[in-house]
Amino acid sequence: MEVARRRFADVVVVAPVGRLDHGSADELERVLRPLVEPSGDAPAGLVLDFGRVDYVSSVGLRVLMIAAKEMRRRGARIAVVGLQPVVAEIFAISRFHSVLDVFDALPTALKAISAAAAAAYGSPAVSTST
Amino acid sequence: MKLVRFWGTRGSLPVALTAAALRGRLIAAVRGARGLALASERAVEDYVDGLDFALAGTFGGHTSCVQIETGDADYVLCDLGSGVRPFGEAAIARHGPRTPQTYHIFMSHVHWDHIMGLPFFAPAYIPGNRVRIYGGHVDLEAALRRQMDPPSFPVDFDTMRADIEFVHLPPGIRHEVAGMTVTTLRQRHAGDSYGYRFERGGRTVVYTTDSEHKLTEAAETRSFVDFFRDADLVVFDAMYSLAEATTVKADWGHSSNVVGVELCQLAGVAHLCLFHHEPAADDAQIAAVLADTRRLEEITRSGRPMRISSAYDGMEIAL
Ligand SMILES: [Zn+2]
Ligand SMILES: [Zn+2]
Repeated sequence: MEVARRRFADVVVVAPVGRLDHGSADELERVLRPLVEPSGDAPAGLVLDFGRVDYVSSVGLRVLMIAAKEMRRRGARIAVVGLQPVVAEIFAISRFHSVLDVFDALPTALKAISAAAAAAYGSPAVSTST
Repeated sequence: MKLVRFWGTRGSLPVALTAAALRGRLIAAVRGARGLALASERAVEDYVDGLDFALAGTFGGHTSCVQIETGDADYVLCDLGSGVRPFGEAAIARHGPRTPQTYHIFMSHVHWDHIMGLPFFAPAYIPGNRVRIYGGHVDLEAALRRQMDPPSFPVDFDTMRADIEFVHLPPGIRHEVAGMTVTTLRQRHAGDSYGYRFERGGRTVVYTTDSEHKLTEAAETRSFVDFFRDADLVVFDAMYSLAEATTVKADWGHSSNVVGVELCQLAGVAHLCLFHHEPAADDAQIAAVLADTRRLEEITRSGRPMRISSAYDGMEIAL
């Protein structure tokens, strides 16, 4: 699974592509682990941009839940944005929309999580690829 | 195998529709009938039959008890929840108390909600009847005897005068019982539970309740997919939402509708039946979960459609 990463100030945006199921969930978990665990440069916020995810299975949802637990444990925020219609329905049916913060677009999520990240998003020169 | 009939479908604890809930439904039904021409009996029945199940019906409140009609005279049941009381009464009403019958009963495990009906299973008190109780737990007999010990129950187990025998079924072996091939699978649940795969005459039914699925272990998932493979019907523990089962209710030993759909799709199952309903859920909530589950099947389907239903006391599924 292809997973793109960008950083806006103290928030990291992770954007997986394709199907998030038993074949790819492990890989997303590997990408997320260093970001959610406490460390010196651990981000204050994590946004999962699901704009290019076209299916998510229970295994994939579980990876999100583990990341959310870790982030909350260290007082950090996590959000999911840009759900495609089918994935939004899977979130609703599994009731994950009530245990994860879901926003329709990235700017809205950044604004809710960190003013610095929202400002950085507004001025593209500041953003960096990681 | 011809038919599966549900006598108890509720998880953990029996429940009943309350007077207040019933009153609310009657008001809604009468309100909906305003202005309709309901002069004939037929028109009244059609109106009632056309109402939503969550308004005009109820999923019911007995705990786990499921009957499989194999086509033979012997009775086959899964679990001895409170639903076995009306089952026993129906069997006696059908044959009269003096015609001996044989009852084969397969036990998922010995938690209260799966054994509480036995003391009220009238055929077990009638000499001449044969009762065979199968399970994978070595303490099966002890658990069923203990619930009838004083001070918890006034009638001792040995008061039951039918010919009762306990049969241990080790997992991983094919057993021949009541003309069926029966395979069991150990499941993740406090104190273990066992799932049953029943095969006969080209038909397959899987009864898998009180079973939590850890999504991390591929080998475990594979063993369930193999166990469910090409079944005509899978009766599945869908007590919690996936979010609950992965958060606050993780390790509580139950599964979700979402995992049921995924496993059954992987296994090529024809019909998934949601079972072991949360006692705190009302009919509207269970009906909403059913609608959600059908929608999930639709949007994630890759091959032929799979039927989805939600078990209610009295429901019959023809095989
Ligand atoms: Zn149970
Ligand atoms: Zn149990």
